[in-house]
Amino acid sequence: MLGPLRKRWNLGHLTEADEHLERRLKAASCRLFGRSLHVRHVDSGSCNGCEFEAMALLNPLYDMQRFGLDFVASPRHADLLLVTGGVTRNLEQAVVRTFEATPLPKLLVAVGACALDGGMIGPTYANRGGVDKLFPVTVYVPGCPPSPMDILDGMVTAVERAEEWDSQKRT
Amino acid sequence: MNADKGFRGIRTVESEPYQLPGAVTDILLQGGRFLNAVATDERHRKDVVAFVLRYFFATECGATASSAYTAVSARIPAERPSYASVTSILPAAAWAERESHDLFGLVPVGHPDLRPLVLHEHWPQGVYPLRKDYPLERRQTYVDASWTYPKVDGEGVFEVPVGPIHAGIIEPGHFRFQVMGDSVLHLEPKLFYTHRGLEKRVEGLDVSSGLPFAEQVCGVCSVSHAISYATAAESLSGVTIPIRASYLRVLVAELERLYNHVGDLGNICAGIGYAYGSTAGSALKEQLLRANAALTGHRYLKGSVALGGMAVDVTERQLLELERALSRIEPRVEDLVQAVVTDDVVQNRFRKTGVLSVQNALNLGVVGPAARASGLPLDVRRDQPYLAYDALQFEVPVQAEGDVFARYWQRLLEARQSFSLIRQVLNRLPEGPVKEPIEDYPKESYAVGVTESPRGENFHFLATDEAGRIARYHVRSATYANWPAVAKAVQGNIVPDFPLINKSFELCYACCDR
Ligand code: SF4
Repeated sequence: MLGPLRKRWNLGHLTEADEHLERRLKAASCRLFGRSLHVRHVDSGSCNGCEFEAMALLNPLYDMQRFGLDFVASPRHADLLLVTGGVTRNLEQAVVRTFEATPLPKLLVAVGACALDGGMIGPTYANRGGVDKLFPVTVYVPGCPPSPMDILDGMVTAVERAEEWDSQKRT
Repeated sequence: MNADKGFRGIRTVESEPYQLPGAVTDILLQGGRFLNAVATDERHRKDVVAFVLRYFFATECGATASSAYTAVSARIPAERPSYASVTSILPAAAWAERESHDLFGLVPVGHPDLRPLVLHEHWPQGVYPLRKDYPLERRQTYVDASWTYPKVDGEGVFEVPVGPIHAGIIEPGHFRFQVMGDSVLHLEPKLFYTHRGLEKRVEGLDVSSGLPFAEQVCGVCSVSHAISYATAAESLSGVTIPIRASYLRVLVAELERLYNHVGDLGNICAGIGYAYGSTAGSALKEQLLRANAALTGHRYLKGSVALGGMAVDVTERQLLELERALSRIEPRVEDLVQAVVTDDVVQNRFRKTGVLSVQNALNLGVVGPAARASGLPLDVRRDQPYLAYDALQFEVPVQAEGDVFARYWQRLLEARQSFSLIRQVLNRLPEGPVKEPIEDYPKESYAVGVTESPRGENFHFLATDEAGRIARYHVRSATYANWPAVAKAVQGNIVPDFPLINKSFELCYACCDR
């Protein structure tokens, strides 16, 4: 499906890794989320680098929507939260409220070194230093910033994990 | 007036705390352009025993970087930390004075609006985290206090709150619109949500380890911040970087401008939901990011600048590939903009929207493409040339209208210059080493580094302590200077045009908040 676009933008072909990811995602999100995984992005104090890479997932080269994934405007519509940044003091309240407003299973992907453990800045008078200081994290995606494909991979892994949990619950 | 030699060629005018307005007026009358005010805590220094507040001005156009700046400096006594505010004669200093009130507890007497800025109202009063006796990691409990802000009263006036978490993938900021029908009477932005304590974090580190922090001030102007920091560090140590490195820095700085400007040419269209423009722009931006990665190993060019020069060198082959990639992208950028600006809907929405008058731009100290689109001919690359810029040919486009369309068109005009600058660098890149080792840094000294980032002028202040480590680091990004202008430009427009106006300024939050 991406063939003509790729040709137009002179981008070469889908790599094997791309295809592998596509297969994994289709399999997982089909079973669990009816092939429509909704993602809410939350900036908890990042430097805008991770935002640019998350945003890049929507450009025609990655076109995340082809997998049935989409960014949504409200946490109430989200299956998965994509958190960037190390939770600043000024944002803590807003981030907590966003998390509370998200329905179960509240998958949470921490994107970038800052979200992992505060990155180089770490804990300060104004920074928590890591999302997992507040909430359980499903998948950590390292990088500064991680590439769009890494972020996508992180989300796929989160969905696969959700599936594991789901099957454990049933048995 | 006494020239202080310890401070790396920056002319310093000493002033008493309550004589500051007079001293500042003098510099303004000599044609000085305000950059920023920086507070430092030097109470522990035996020769100072006080806080020091320095107002920086660009005073000489065309001069080399080190002699182009003047500082008006005042010692603020520790036992009574107050001084006469200059905000009433210099509105651009309003935020800087509020910030040093928040972080250092310096009271600007006569400041018209001394509400909390950087630390929101839930931060306890009387606690000043950037003072030297405040430990970096000490957290404070949340105080129960509500946010106060100017309000418009009257029948039919409503308030629309937006943020801090927004619907799109963007950074956090809170906006309070006071509206009558659809028109915005007043916009009160509340920012600094992403204040991370970065400046305090680097205090006490070696100057040589501060560079990665400078890159994290803003992830998408990282090169410009890295060069600002490196310039300050190099002028502290007195090292001149090799000529090849000064060309390579121009190369990465212009690549950064390019991916930002081309991205904006697409993204501004998203402000009116014009999908063709935003989609095609994002695809072009992606190609520029890939070209960056092929050249330096990082999509956002992080880690390419080093203290004393460059951390990476480039091969002939890489340069050829870059040239090929750019010659493929450049005509597409032109095509995209042609298609966008000939669209009636675009014309209708972009023209006469969000006008920033030249007078407002001047008063608020606006910088970068926003200033140039409003008729202010400012560009650090030409006015206080650094790196190899004075050996290269480029123009500084200026327009008069100051509306969204002018700011949109400005991106194209500047992207053209960047393409040409990059081509010049590719053709004339000198041979030689790319890095000059720096042995050590002087003690108890300071320097500044100023560069033109994609969003405008970035100002870095770097001071060392008695061991030659970082005593104080301060960043005033272009965004910090431009935010107050957005609130002005929105006034009188309709609420649905806010995203468009905001995008046309394309301000980040992280580099403003630090
Ligand atoms: S991980 Fe890196 S790119 Fe992402 S927010 Fe942190 S500093 Fe910025």
